[in-house]
Amino acid sequence: MPAEHRYLSARVARNEDARLLTGRALFVDDVQLPGMLHVAFVRSEHAHGRITNVDVSAAKRHTGVHAVYTAADLGSFQKPGPVLVTPPPIPNLIFNGCTQLPLAQDKVRHVGEAIAMVVADSRYVAEDAVREVVVDIDPIDAVVDLEKGLAAGAPLIHEHLESNVAAHVVQRKGNYVSARTKADTIVKRRFLYDRGVSAPIENRAVVVEWNDRSEEMTIWDTTQAPIPIRNGLARMLGLLESQVNVIAPFVGGGFGPKIMMFYPEELLLPWAAMRLKRPLKWTEDRQENFYATTQERGQVHDAEMALTRDGRILGVHDVFLFDTGAYDPYGLTIPINSQCTLLGPYDIANYESEFTAVFTNKTIVTPVRGAGRQHGVFVSERLLDLAARELGIDRVEIRKRNLIGPDKFPVNHEIMFQDSAPLIYDSGNYLPTLEQAADIIGYETFIRQEQPARRAEGRYLGVGVVCYVEGTGIGPYEGARVTIEPSGKVRCATGVGTQGQGHFTVFAQLVADALGVDVEGVKVVTGDTREFHWGTGTFASRGAVVAGSACHAAAMAVREKVLILAASLLSVTKEDLELSGGRVYVKSAPERGFSLGELSGKANPLRGAVRPGTEPGLESTAYFGPDRGSTASGVHAMVVEVDPETAMVEIKRYVVVHDCGTIINPMLVEGQIHGGVAHGIGNAFYEQLVYDEQGQLLNASFMDYLMPTATDVPPIETAHRETPSPYNPVGLKGVGEAGCIPTGALFAQAVEDALAGSGVEITEIPLSPNRLFEIIEAAKT
Amino acid sequence: MSGRIAINLTVNGVRHEREVEPRLLLSDFIRQELGLTGTHVGCEHGVCGACTILFDGEAVRACIMLAVQADGHELQTVESLAGPAGELNPLQAAFRQTHGLQCGFCTPGFLMTLTAFLRDHPQPSDEALRDALSSNLCRCTGYHNIFEAAKLASRAPLP
Repeated sequence: MPAEHRYLSARVARNEDARLLTGRALFVDDVQLPGMLHVAFVRSEHAHGRITNVDVSAAKRHTGVHAVYTAADLGSFQKPGPVLVTPPPIPNLIFNGCTQLPLAQDKVRHVGEAIAMVVADSRYVAEDAVREVVVDIDPIDAVVDLEKGLAAGAPLIHEHLESNVAAHVVQRKGNYVSARTKADTIVKRRFLYDRGVSAPIENRAVVVEWNDRSEEMTIWDTTQAPIPIRNGLARMLGLLESQVNVIAPFVGGGFGPKIMMFYPEELLLPWAAMRLKRPLKWTEDRQENFYATTQERGQVHDAEMALTRDGRILGVHDVFLFDTGAYDPYGLTIPINSQCTLLGPYDIANYESEFTAVFTNKTIVTPVRGAGRQHGVFVSERLLDLAARELGIDRVEIRKRNLIGPDKFPVNHEIMFQDSAPLIYDSGNYLPTLEQAADIIGYETFIRQEQPARRAEGRYLGVGVVCYVEGTGIGPYEGARVTIEPSGKVRCATGVGTQGQGHFTVFAQLVADALGVDVEGVKVVTGDTREFHWGTGTFASRGAVVAGSACHAAAMAVREKVLILAASLLSVTKEDLELSGGRVYVKSAPERGFSLGELSGKANPLRGAVRPGTEPGLESTAYFGPDRGSTASGVHAMVVEVDPETAMVEIKRYVVVHDCGTIINPMLVEGQIHGGVAHGIGNAFYEQLVYDEQGQLLNASFMDYLMPTATDVPPIETAHRETPSPYNPVGLKGVGEAGCIPTGALFAQAVEDALAGSGVEITEIPLSPNRLFEIIEAAKT
Repeated sequence: MSGRIAINLTVNGVRHEREVEPRLLLSDFIRQELGLTGTHVGCEHGVCGACTILFDGEAVRACIMLAVQADGHELQTVESLAGPAGELNPLQAAFRQTHGLQCGFCTPGFLMTLTAFLRDHPQPSDEALRDALSSNLCRCTGYHNIFEAAKLASRAPLP
């Protein structure tokens, strides 16, 4: 490692901001190409039904329409998409993979499923023609409710299966049945968590240009995973991977759903562009985003916790249903996250978790920020709250009694995580995190003085304190190439896509420190397969951990090349040299040395030889592939005031103490936390997708689906703790999803505390003023 | 669609004369006809505020106006804010300094909303400022750093 870290852990302002603030940054919908045509889709208005006829004749005659395609036109291209994530090797696991077709054929299985594709001179004309496509569908009863979907006689969504079961998985640690017999108390409840949308402000978009002369395709795509998109498309289109370039330029928020592969639009535009030999563009509108972009969060848990009378957890038993939507291309990532994250920071020796994934006639479910982790946290934290009340133990105290001690790492939980590696916590230090959060929120003073004083005034204030862990930074790998150019500027190319996380800055910080250059002088390129074509993508809070570690490794390899070449040219040893200020020089004689640009020129000579065993230039490519992820953790605390008449909840304070290992840039980490918490507050109190019994989404607009605004999200007080991960050289852990993981559990605890004595018990998320009002009223009877 | 209508307007100080379809959205006109793609479209129903521009100095949503309504008017988009060599104005610089943007997609709308708001309320109260910001949606930042950026900018002279 370089001796000094100028940028690691510093609050460096972002390299990418100037482009974004001036309107120069390129987003996919900004791409305009000569001769470009525009695409709109005919989508199902029914959640479940049999397609009896699709008549496109009028649409084809519409002036300005170039083509209309249905499933019948696609030939061998009409194949179900791949299962993206193979389920982990868990014994007796059942998984029925049923993936979506490019265009619906015979049956529709959710509202918004694409049935036909219209290509026209403009988006306006394409949408006109969409209305002229006549689709006849014989409706079938829809499966909306999970339990009804499993009942005998329920309509079958995938008729080759015997039921609507998409998967069934049991994971065990220890022996819960035996532990239960030793318990002094068992707390048991049913917990509900419902669906929301990810709602990036940028909808999805795809632009494709097929160059018939060079036989190359360029695709601009709002994807979180440009490289797998390229590789998959090449295979499906019968092209070499090197004939297909995928560019994810600036992407306006991802939060998970922009990694779903392959969306029908992502497949069909490239296919049609090759046939029409014209560039094509499709940009989703907000309503389509509510129907056709993946969603998450529907789960029903029947869970119990067995404890001793002094509040020690003996074991947890959880049986849950998971709504996977109409298809299950993303495998079992979400429910396995729920299953694994339930264990939290606690020492739980005995655990049995069983889930059934259920097909429903709703939009496909794939990970949304948090990706099932919040459900596990909700169940375990709520059970602990209930147990604390029943046993007469303070809520913070019962948590302290069960935390895993700092000397216990690595902790092997003996079950499988979503990455097909055993669930092992690499490192952590949970007790000080909990104590610090309780201290900052003033927990003791609040419950002893403030809360009773306010209650005496007729005001209902409550406090919540909840813990979580987050498995982050999973494999398989990412790579990076770092190049010092003759100008002295440094280029760092990596394969992950970026959606606002600040990769252009954090990767530059790691590279700048390794090479002793200014962070502004490091130009980072992400998400462009022309620049780097090995890697997987941005998900699972892994960008900084995995791609960041690769950038660090590549920069360190270039540093080594600089040292070897400079030592040879200066007739000194590597140890005599220093890299700083964009130069390499002799420590004892700083005037003896080279600028890095000059040295880069010497490493790529026009005459002379590049010796055997060496490479030209100052460039290296490196990869980082962790065996397993690193486990971040944290504690959130909140004070709320509830108006018992209106059921409005005001967040008076929100505290986050978190540990994501070594921090590259605290300002950006805080930004990730703020955004996550805001998303979590939305999930907890505002956002809910409301489906009726026919599977119709009733609130598919920002008018009807409430997102938190600046008046709903309080200032968030953050404190950082750093327990470096031993699984990567810098000690990194992920933080992208952390903010929204414990928020639901926190809301429930704090609101319940505010209404203590009223009999109100919160076992479901989202709440809303309406729903909370109903719960308050029900508790009165 | 037939019946194109001539319009004549000024955008960022430049006069444009065009013929447009009566149904063309102002946001599409700005982005596609004028190539000013800094104005972003997030919802096309006037809620998210990403497409906010200044229309004769007032912050409006370009996605729920028609291009023909801009005939004879003066518009400003995010591209007008920086100096001639691309130097950030105090509001833009404050966004960078406080990390008031992440993906940056909603940012042009916030910048234009705040440009009008801070002009009319140079020293806003915290409550009034939060209220003004609540007109726009952001999914990345949790709003607080946008609030901080606006506070910082409100202490600096705007051009």
